[in-house]
Amino acid sequence: MEWVNAIVQGTLLGGLYALFAAGLSLIFGVMRLVNIAHGDLIVLGAYLGLSVTTILGLHPLLALIVVVPAMAGIGYVLQRGILNQTLGKDILPPLLVTFGLSVIIQNALLETYSADPQKMNAGALETASVSLGGLSLGVLPVMTFAIAVVVIALLQWVFYRTALGRAFRATSDNQEIAQLMGLNRRHIFGLAMALALAVTAIAGIMLGIRTSFDPSIGGGRLIFGFEAVIIGGLGNLWGTLAGGVILGVAQTIGAKIDPGWQLLAGHLTFLVILAIKPNGLFPRINE
Amino acid sequence: MPEPILKLNGLEAFYGDFQALYGIDLEVTEGEVLAIIGANGAGKTTLMRSISGLTQNQPSMVQYLGNDIGALRADEVAARGIALVPEGRQLFPSLSVEENLIIGGQIGRKGPWSLEAVYKLFPILQERRHQQSTSLSGGQQQMVAIGRALMANPDLILFDEISLGLAPIIIKDIYDALPGIIGEGMSALIVEQDITKALSVSQRFYCLQEGRVSLEGASATVARGDISRAYFGVE
Repeated sequence: MEWVNAIVQGTLLGGLYALFAAGLSLIFGVMRLVNIAHGDLIVLGAYLGLSVTTILGLHPLLALIVVVPAMAGIGYVLQRGILNQTLGKDILPPLLVTFGLSVIIQNALLETYSADPQKMNAGALETASVSLGGLSLGVLPVMTFAIAVVVIALLQWVFYRTALGRAFRATSDNQEIAQLMGLNRRHIFGLAMALALAVTAIAGIMLGIRTSFDPSIGGGRLIFGFEAVIIGGLGNLWGTLAGGVILGVAQTIGAKIDPGWQLLAGHLTFLVILAIKPNGLFPRINE
Repeated sequence: MPEPILKLNGLEAFYGDFQALYGIDLEVTEGEVLAIIGANGAGKTTLMRSISGLTQNQPSMVQYLGNDIGALRADEVAARGIALVPEGRQLFPSLSVEENLIIGGQIGRKGPWSLEAVYKLFPILQERRHQQSTSLSGGQQQMVAIGRALMANPDLILFDEISLGLAPIIIKDIYDALPGIIGEGMSALIVEQDITKALSVSQRFYCLQEGRVSLEGASATVARGDISRAYFGVE
């Protein structure tokens, strides 16, 4: 039963990792941009949530109403103002620029909020749990997982059922020809980044309710996000959810064997999958 | 003589240090079909890229309906009513046949072309509309590429090497369909290596050689010997 518990808890944790990863996956899918600042943007989302809850006295989940559009706006401006200038045949400039962005965001957060760990207060939600066949499930992890599933289903719907998704796919396929169809790729990329950071805002707030955070933890979230994306296979959103779950389960099982093994077990699982299937388990993009 | 809808004024184009076009002057009048012929590397595709905005130029080098469009981006040029059927078809592999057509029409220009009209022109596409575009045969892919350009309801349509890599029977089908396509008051520029085909559907032609216009004239009356000289540059 303890093992079943570890697997179930790991699966729920995977929901959070999938939220970390979904934005990364979307950005890479549409514009082949590897966003090194993604983890710090998640943390930025958490801090924005913190400010909104303290200033307006809102519940962290209600803060989403403010933080999601705010992050989407930041995403659009960031893409149009800076990142579009770095995109081209060379993959190095966007890596360098987003790395610099990561440093800037971290230091700006440090200046604004100090290095003290913070946490959002979600009241009874934090400790509430339900019993299910001998297992005790936290309401918050279950909710996070459900949100991850809904977010990925929504992204999937946007991608494959809407005009915006059609524009994303066309631009991703062939930027020049997409321009000929009257699509301004700079605008399309701006919208993709806006959507990605909207998801990142959700990830940041769920993170900030679950654990304490400080400006330096972005790098670790980026790694989890990357690992989930790679395990699941590039460009496949449901694969990203599966990747998050595999990573989460590996971590909780590792922690079950020895508490010090939690992160190591996750990384090792990632390495093994990368060695056996370099394209991930469910790749969609054939490079 | 009707007003020119497209006018090139001494168009020059470069790829880095390499100059591909040297001062091209050209006019397309409303409703006219113009053929551009020339050997590989003569600058035909560069010409198409310059007109459609994929390569930027001095503003006044490309004039469309009296406006300078030489420096506009491709999406801005497309919105003004110029559509390109690109060399090698270049369909979107992630999109179904129907989605490829829809995205061609998302510019929202009014006109006779719609999904129904394209399906009426190429009935096979309606049967295959939910398939991935890359699963079609070359000829069918070319139909999608043409349909995709028509969906934008352009006033001027550019065809870049539409017979390249297709079986002769398919080429014949596509050329047979062309008058029905262009007959709607549209103007067309047809780039083609097959001189006979190009001359048969056009009223006038320009022959390019090493980035310059080496010959221009009426398609129906030109002497073959003149074309050979202009095409290959041998006396």
